[in-house]
Amino acid sequence: MTTLFASLRIALRGLMVNKMRSGLTMLGIIIGVGAVIAMIAVGSGAKKRIADQIASMGSNILIVLSGSSTSGGLRHGTGTVPTLTVDDAKAILNEIQGVKSVAPHISGVAQVIYGNQNWSTLVYGTIPELLEIREWSLQSGRIFTQQDLDGAAKVCLLGKTVVENLFGGIDPIGQIVRIKKVPFTVIGVLHPKGQSTFGTDQDDVIFVPLTTAQKRLFGQQFPGMVRVITVQAKEPEVMKTAEEQITELLRQRHRIQPGQEDDFSVRNLTEVASSAEESARVMSLLLGAIASISLIVGGIGIMNIMLVSVTERTREIGIRIAVGAKSKDILLQFLIESLVLSLVGGILGIGVGIGSTLILSRFTQWPVLFSIEAIGLAFLFSGSVGVFFGFYPARKASLLNPIEALRYE
Amino acid sequence: MEPLIHIRDLVKVYQLGEVEVEALRGISLVIEQGEFVAIMGASGSGKSTFMNILGLLDQPTRGEYLLEGRSGAHLTRDELAEIRNQKIGFVFQGFNLLSRTSAVENVELPLIYAHLPSRKRREMAQKALSAVGLEGRERHHPSQLSGGEQQRVAIARALVNQPSILLADEPTGNLDSKTSGEIMAIFQRLNDETGITIVMITHEQDIAAFAKRKILFKDGRVVEDSAP
Repeated sequence: MTTLFASLRIALRGLMVNKMRSGLTMLGIIIGVGAVIAMIAVGSGAKKRIADQIASMGSNILIVLSGSSTSGGLRHGTGTVPTLTVDDAKAILNEIQGVKSVAPHISGVAQVIYGNQNWSTLVYGTIPELLEIREWSLQSGRIFTQQDLDGAAKVCLLGKTVVENLFGGIDPIGQIVRIKKVPFTVIGVLHPKGQSTFGTDQDDVIFVPLTTAQKRLFGQQFPGMVRVITVQAKEPEVMKTAEEQITELLRQRHRIQPGQEDDFSVRNLTEVASSAEESARVMSLLLGAIASISLIVGGIGIMNIMLVSVTERTREIGIRIAVGAKSKDILLQFLIESLVLSLVGGILGIGVGIGSTLILSRFTQWPVLFSIEAIGLAFLFSGSVGVFFGFYPARKASLLNPIEALRYE
Repeated sequence: MEPLIHIRDLVKVYQLGEVEVEALRGISLVIEQGEFVAIMGASGSGKSTFMNILGLLDQPTRGEYLLEGRSGAHLTRDELAEIRNQKIGFVFQGFNLLSRTSAVENVELPLIYAHLPSRKRREMAQKALSAVGLEGRERHHPSQLSGGEQQRVAIARALVNQPSILLADEPTGNLDSKTSGEIMAIFQRLNDETGITIVMITHEQDIAAFAKRKILFKDGRVVEDSAP
């Protein structure tokens, strides 16, 4: 213990004597640790944003899309022609185990007018369950009811973006907007959700009752049909079987012969989202790995300086060995020097990393997320870089021949 | 009683490339506790090689060297370091102090490797410094001390662990004659008062005159020994 303390003092003194050199050597580690911390913070920030967006989409969701159908030899793309019905949706809810709720919808882009303002937005005709499944909540007003659905009431819910573009500062509740020239009463405003994983504005949206949309807005040529059925499973484990069973059920209901193509398609939204999350994770790993390289380069800087230091102090090492320093005493002395260099560099690097990340996120609006684990890991890594790259010079010093070392000029 | 140093047929051969150089060609010597020996000889006579072996910094090629009856022949590097630390004090021609380190810290150096606690170290180092007449200069760095003072710090460092033997290699080689005399006076006083054994290399007759016994080396052999 005494030796360790003494070695620490000797090492600190050695570093203080060459302040400029020690500082420059540390700079490599400072930049390395700073870069690792900044990159991991940016990477985890991106990952967290994606995870949040996935959560905002709702969980355990399967989307059933109307499929390509062939009419007069012309094949239409997925979802262009509604091939699903409200009864399909009911059948999925009733006949397939593990399904928590279903919500059919039709949608389309429509021009919306209020006073002298107008705005083009996406209009969903659906039932209240869709809002539940997609975790839309109301900011004000009320949601539409079964009565609204039965009576095909001309009521609507507006997303934040629509409200901002049409109303400015006015409270929209109770106002009349015209969607495709049909007057609708605004009964509620939705909570903002922000951008989706894929960059679309989720708040640029209007919800109306499914029946109203079918009769008044989009569905006139295909009565009773819907484009999309959103299905929510009770738990993630049943997603796979539910997907298969829905396919089976709909093939039966649509009387599709074996070997014939489906006229619908089932998509697992969580899978799409988790692949986005996965790529963000790989990205942040990659950033961290690149930053680690600079840390290793910093370590090589330490080794370089320690080798110079050992050569310069050959005579000192000779004196120490002559008066009774054992190999491990010399080894320890130089190891502690490189460890102090790398750990002090590590501490400064943590500050530089956090500081530069905050500045970066301020100017770029990137989300960043610091984690104690990442910071601790970067610090430990810098310490091991110090030991690893300091070991060779220290060992070289500890094995010097005292007679030659004493004669060294 | 066991002699302090017992040397029999000591041979040291250096391999310089293809050529073998015999630095020592069969030295036999006995040095008793409390002696003050001057080893003389021209350069290349083998006296420095002899000192390195005596100080356990080097191993002989053949022959036997017993320090306090123990042979160092089969000891490891670290075991030799421990014996040097406990039994041997070195004084060099070039002082070999650590620059940028104060006098008292230089003197403490062997005690650090003896694992003594810092308070005890400081106490012993201060005592050793006053023994060579350097009280009040503890905080000075080597660059702030004269040659004679630096050599006295080196002597304090050699003595601080109370070794059985003090090895001095041309201790006055870098000093003027007045300072040399002062250093020799310290050696004599230490030898008289504490009974420490001193073996000193010198090529100057008047420095050797301070010793009680003179040994002359020539071509790796002892050619003259004033021992009775």
